[in-house]
Amino acid sequence: MKCEELLAMLNEYVDGTVDPAVCEEFEKHMAGCNPCQVVVDNIRQTITLYKDGQPYSMPVQFRERMRDALRKKWKEKFPAK
Amino acid sequence: MTNPLTLETPDAELVCLAKAGDLDAFEALTNRYEQRVYGLAIRMLRQEQDAEDVTQQTFLSVLENLEGFRGEASFSTWVLRIASHAALKIIRKRKGLNTVSLEEATEPPDDFNSIPHPEFIADWRQSPEHLVERNEVRRLLDEALTRLDEKHRLVFILRDVEGLSIQETAAALDVSEGNVKVRLLRARLQLREDLTRVLGDPARQMIPSHHHHE
Repeated sequence: MKCEELLAMLNEYVDGTVDPAVCEEFEKHMAGCNPCQVVVDNIRQTITLYKDGQPYSMPVQFRERMRDALRKKWKEKFPAK
Repeated sequence: MTNPLTLETPDAELVCLAKAGDLDAFEALTNRYEQRVYGLAIRMLRQEQDAEDVTQQTFLSVLENLEGFRGEASFSTWVLRIASHAALKIIRKRKGLNTVSLEEATEPPDDFNSIPHPEFIADWRQSPEHLVERNEVRRLLDEALTRLDEKHRLVFILRDVEGLSIQETAAALDVSEGNVKVRLLRARLQLREDLTRVLGDPARQMIPSHHHHE
């Protein structure tokens, strides 16, 4: 496996959806290629940072405004209830 | 009639109740997804007012189209799909375009040959667990996201932040799975490059060996 081929399979490897035979080749390549090993580590860390980062919270006043707008629309949709 | 709605009540059940006119069920659905929709919108648009507009439009549209939702996709994917299109509409408007089509700048699904190679390769100085706690890191993450083309950004947010599968992301954006994969790879590689330039340890920088390594 060449570095370019590893790059093309990166998603599948990182997401754990790669074919076992390809996975073996992938890991064999990484064992002998430090830069690729580090790129894979970096990619995993990048995803973790975004996934586990602090979530955004909606402003409270907006939340109330939206609830009012939705209730108004709800009444138009279900006038009897 | 009162329904004992709990945090465990499945989405599908809440949807059925809401369709039948149960406001509590509808509000439970809104409560469940509003933060995710707002998070997607603010990450896409980086502007509070626009993110609020997208969030409100999304749930108004959910209410309006509830009967049309037949459960082919999960409710969460459906909501994120509506939010994605609303966010793109604002981005296109900012650019002075009127179309919302995601296919207009489609890469061929097998176009892996033009994937940019990693250039700055170095171990990071700190683990993600430590970095997540730091406020300036959040700004760094947001800035790196903003530098992505919006179609790459949206795929990355849906797949890696919101945790949709490749298939769900493709369905939410009306693009092929092959397209999602290429966009995701580009997004991940570009973010890695940007973040490593700041977070990488220059003392441990490596020379990319992709031109000659077998």
